[in-house]
Amino acid sequence: MTTGDGDLVDGFIEALLDDDAETLYERAPCGYLSTTPDGSIIKVNGTFLSLTGYAREDLLGRKRFVDLLTAGGRIYHETHYAPMLRMQGVAREIAFELVTDNGDRLPVLVNAVLERDSSDNPVVIRTAVFDASQRRRYEQELLHEKLRAEDSEARATALARTLQQTLIPPLVPDVPGLEIGAEYRPAGDGSEVGGDFYDIFQAGDDDWVIVIGDVCGKGAEAAVVTALARYTLRAAAVQNPSPARALRLLNDALRRADVDRFCTAAVLRLRRVNAHWQVSSCAAGHPLPLLVSDGQVTEVGHSGSLVGVMDEVELEETTLSLDAGDALVVYTDGVTEARAPDDAFYGDGRLRDTLAVARGTAADIAEALRADVLAFQHDVARDDIAIVVARVPNAV
Amino acid sequence: MVFAHGYGCDQNMWRFVAPRFADRYRVVLFDHIGAGNSDLDAYDIARYGSLSGYADDVVELCEALELSDVVFVGHSVSATIGILAAERAPQLFSSLILVGPSPRYIDDGGYVGGFSREDIEELLASVDSNYLGWSSAIAPVIMGQPDQPELAKELEESFCRTDPDIARRFARVTFLSDNRADLPRVKTRSLVLQCTDDVIAPVAVGEYVRDHMPNATMTLLDATGHCPHLSAPEETVDAIERFLQSAAAPA
Repeated sequence: MTTGDGDLVDGFIEALLDDDAETLYERAPCGYLSTTPDGSIIKVNGTFLSLTGYAREDLLGRKRFVDLLTAGGRIYHETHYAPMLRMQGVAREIAFELVTDNGDRLPVLVNAVLERDSSDNPVVIRTAVFDASQRRRYEQELLHEKLRAEDSEARATALARTLQQTLIPPLVPDVPGLEIGAEYRPAGDGSEVGGDFYDIFQAGDDDWVIVIGDVCGKGAEAAVVTALARYTLRAAAVQNPSPARALRLLNDALRRADVDRFCTAAVLRLRRVNAHWQVSSCAAGHPLPLLVSDGQVTEVGHSGSLVGVMDEVELEETTLSLDAGDALVVYTDGVTEARAPDDAFYGDGRLRDTLAVARGTAADIAEALRADVLAFQHDVARDDIAIVVARVPNAV
Repeated sequence: MVFAHGYGCDQNMWRFVAPRFADRYRVVLFDHIGAGNSDLDAYDIARYGSLSGYADDVVELCEALELSDVVFVGHSVSATIGILAAERAPQLFSSLILVGPSPRYIDDGGYVGGFSREDIEELLASVDSNYLGWSSAIAPVIMGQPDQPELAKELEESFCRTDPDIARRFARVTFLSDNRADLPRVKTRSLVLQCTDDVIAPVAVGEYVRDHMPNATMTLLDATGHCPHLSAPEETVDAIERFLQSAAAPA
């Protein structure tokens, strides 16, 4: 360091020490206001005047702080800020807009203290005013983005609900000579599109198809696969009497589609032959259909490969005959993998026990099963639950 | 004697006034939903979508505490809430003290409320900008996760705290409501306590309330501003005392 530099530093220090209180006040890097407890302005610094454009004589004794605010700000001042300051003695980081001399609005942040005399009577309010134009602009952008995000979340939820409604058949069709009962309950609060689906449709005279499936995952991509699976199976089953063939066509369709999803599915084809129904059934990686006959519950068929994973799938078809009083139950793993709060699984055993004692129509059986699974989980479904029951009415 | 705070504050605002009546009256203080220590879970958008939901609260509160001959002291919007409560259940109330009442804040034809609709939108914007910092820093404490004890303490000691979302809705309900038609229907003996220079409820509005209620008088206070019970508690207490004594005296 040279001697010259030393002189320079000394000069700076001297200049700073020479800064008298008046200069520190007048030229402080924020506006200062002193007001009476009811807000009349009695002292103001130069920075405040240059921020707002007012002349000192415009303000002193003539204006209250509240008069410098916008109308909305005045309400906020009177209903919240002033009472808070009176009771608390301080107010920090309060956002206001000042109306400047030329009518412009200046966003500011305000800190204030209320001074009291020795007998605790309010004497003066000292207020520091900071220009917050940049910050306010940024905050408004954030607020705007927040509102936009909330809005798009609300839309996404609404869209998911709508999509879900389109993927579930709204009404169970009326099938002559056969009762159908169906239950569906999405996981959680129902705001997310689930992967479970079912479908019941007519393929010909006294010839019906029941489809149930479960696409892995949730959300939009799962919904796309769910829609693809459902419509592919509908088209394939109408043209093909063989459930295994319909599932093979679905496998081909999923392999061709540019989706990274697989699914499990079961297809039942039911043909009415006099008083009973002839059923052919095929399950692709899906829980096997259960036959409920005279209180006995038995699995139907053998489980084949998942669809959508390999080009070749191993699938086996089973046929059986449904007589009066017999019921066939298909469901998704949201039933058997339901968990109680203590982590116990609902499981096959409980499912069979419930079906063995279930009475009434197909709708009664489906409803009883759904209720039991939900009660088991204390009404919080961790996974989607889909159940379809086909039952031949008791002979009259 | 039931004290009801106005928009933007909580029951703390009665701290200089309410204790003065505690020797002769059973004094009841409460926070409106969303303010002070109220239970935020009880907020129902439909119920509190109009002032009548708040008035129902007052009636239910009086009934639950089995109060009778109630002197209801309501500030600002709570003056209107008291008028609605007395309209609904006149048998509960012996008198209404209306501090800075306004049945309608927005100008309407010849009626001067003092504000335009744009002004009210501006208020909503200023509520938003002041709660921007709050909603993230203080909300977790309100939700009962006090991993920052110093914040919880600050909140404990802060007055006039209000849930931002409810404050916004309450502002809308308060400043957009029009309860002029309710005034003539309330026959309860009423006192309008009017400040000299009140930007929220100008003198002309206080006079309007007095003239349209069948049994109302007005006292014009020397106090200025909108909260005489804070800025001039002595004068406020005196005015209430005089009114209550004149009721007790034989006619």
